[in-house]
Amino acid sequence: MQFFYHFGKYVILLTKVFSKPEKSKIYYKQTLKELISLGVNSIGIVIIISVFTGAVITLQTAYNTENPFYPRYLIGLMARDTIILEFSSTMVGLILAGKIGSSIASEIGTMRITEQIDALEIMGVNSASYLILPKIIASVLFNPLLTMISIAIGVFGGWIAGTATGVVSSEDYIYGIRFAFIPFYVTYALIKTVFYAFIITSVSSYYGYFVRGGALEVGRSSTKAVVYSCILILLFDVILTQLLLS
Amino acid sequence: MIKVDHIWKSFNHQTVLKDISVEFEKGKTNLIIGQSGSGKTVLLKSIVGLLDIDKGEVKYDDVVYSKLDFREKKEIRKKIGMLFQGSALFDSSTVEENVIYPLDMFTNMSYEEKRERANFCLNRVNILNANHLYPSEISGGMQKRVAIARAIVLNPEYLFCDEPDSGLDPITTLRINNLIKEITEEFNTITIINTHDMNSVMEFGEKIIFIHIGQIWWEGTNKDILHSENEKLNDFVFANHMAKRLKQI
Ligand SMILES: Nc1ncnc2c1ncn2[C@@H]1O[C@H](COP(=O)(O)OP(=O)(O)O)[C@@H](O)[C@H]1O
Ligand SMILES: [Mg+2]
Repeated sequence: MQFFYHFGKYVILLTKVFSKPEKSKIYYKQTLKELISLGVNSIGIVIIISVFTGAVITLQTAYNTENPFYPRYLIGLMARDTIILEFSSTMVGLILAGKIGSSIASEIGTMRITEQIDALEIMGVNSASYLILPKIIASVLFNPLLTMISIAIGVFGGWIAGTATGVVSSEDYIYGIRFAFIPFYVTYALIKTVFYAFIITSVSSYYGYFVRGGALEVGRSSTKAVVYSCILILLFDVILTQLLLS
Repeated sequence: MIKVDHIWKSFNHQTVLKDISVEFEKGKTNLIIGQSGSGKTVLLKSIVGLLDIDKGEVKYDDVVYSKLDFREKKEIRKKIGMLFQGSALFDSSTVEENVIYPLDMFTNMSYEEKRERANFCLNRVNILNANHLYPSEISGGMQKRVAIARAIVLNPEYLFCDEPDSGLDPITTLRINNLIKEITEEFNTITIINTHDMNSVMEFGEKIIFIHIGQIWWEGTNKDILHSENEKLNDFVFANHMAKRLKQI
């Protein structure tokens, strides 16, 4: 029951978000702002986690395949595919849900409880569209770029770890990451990323937009935003994988 | 004229407004008074359409505003200025940007014209040299005044103020009250103010309605209020000890 109530309210909110904007110039400006705050400001964390996770994936693959019949270049291949298929889309998605999701929910939630949303509405501004649409557009456009960065940096992190510890030679690793490369895997990762970006921004906005109460409720709703975004990301990971890779 | 016609509003199972009917006229300061939690804010938000009412009608002149959809309401909303209890300034924008915002949204003025208009309104509320500060960097009284400037920047026909005096000291309250009164006369607006401050009531209550548990219990002017026989109203008006003693004398 609760689920249908929230889902219905969420859909109604989205129809308000996607109704025709009143002044496109202002939306354009807002979207640029969000590109910076949601996108560019996330590059740092994506780089840090990607380099370390790429390193760990490579080392784990290497230690799990210490077998003379197993060609060493397969370490590069497996690290690459793990990074593309799951890490750079879904793991990065989950981390962005934590970073972007909580900031969106608390920003919009604070605007709700301090009546800034009412102030927009009373001026005749469609507050849902004005506040939420630029965030959705910015993330849907920028997150694929974050995924690409994450793939590149992750593979690079694997190379550093692999060669520094000597578990795989530079030649083998590079041969591996170019061996039997399936370009569709990247497409698949990017498609997932677009869905995740939409989930994170819209779900977090939903929890922020309908806050009632005070600072405590804003905190609670931003926790909920992150938790539900993560659950939905994992659910869509399964659905999209079945649809795209089967 | 704004006409509120038998409106009802409830949340879940709590009925907050019960059959409220009242009219507000032009050029007057209308006050809605009542205890905290009596439904003043809900009434004000129902009148401006921030809350959907369950039953009844709200009319602006001859338009049944409460029955319009979002797009149709917009035309009337452009004529509404509203001052919120906590000022509700956009905290990621500067003072000047806050006042320019409605102009950005609804006019095709050039940047210079917009700045000029914004500064005119800021001057009107005596905010000088604060254009580039953020709301968190100015005092509560200044925030209220900036919010008033933002509310009047589009020349509203209707001005709504939700507890303009909340959280302010008596002198600042007096200043804000005078400002609202002057603006009402200058712009010839229909002004409706929520308050529980008796000084404001005595100062400029040309029409007062007293709300108690979601109903109108008394209606009159500041001249009648001290002589009313309404028990609940007397409890409210003479809540403090000194006032009670004065009444007895
Ligand atoms: N959005 C809402 N949802 C549920 N209850 C509400 C809502 N807004 C106000 N109320 C309830 O309505 C009553 C009147 O509130 P309000 O109009 O804010 O009082 P006040 O006279 O102090 O402005 C309160 O009991 C409050 O809890
Ligand atoms: Mg109130």
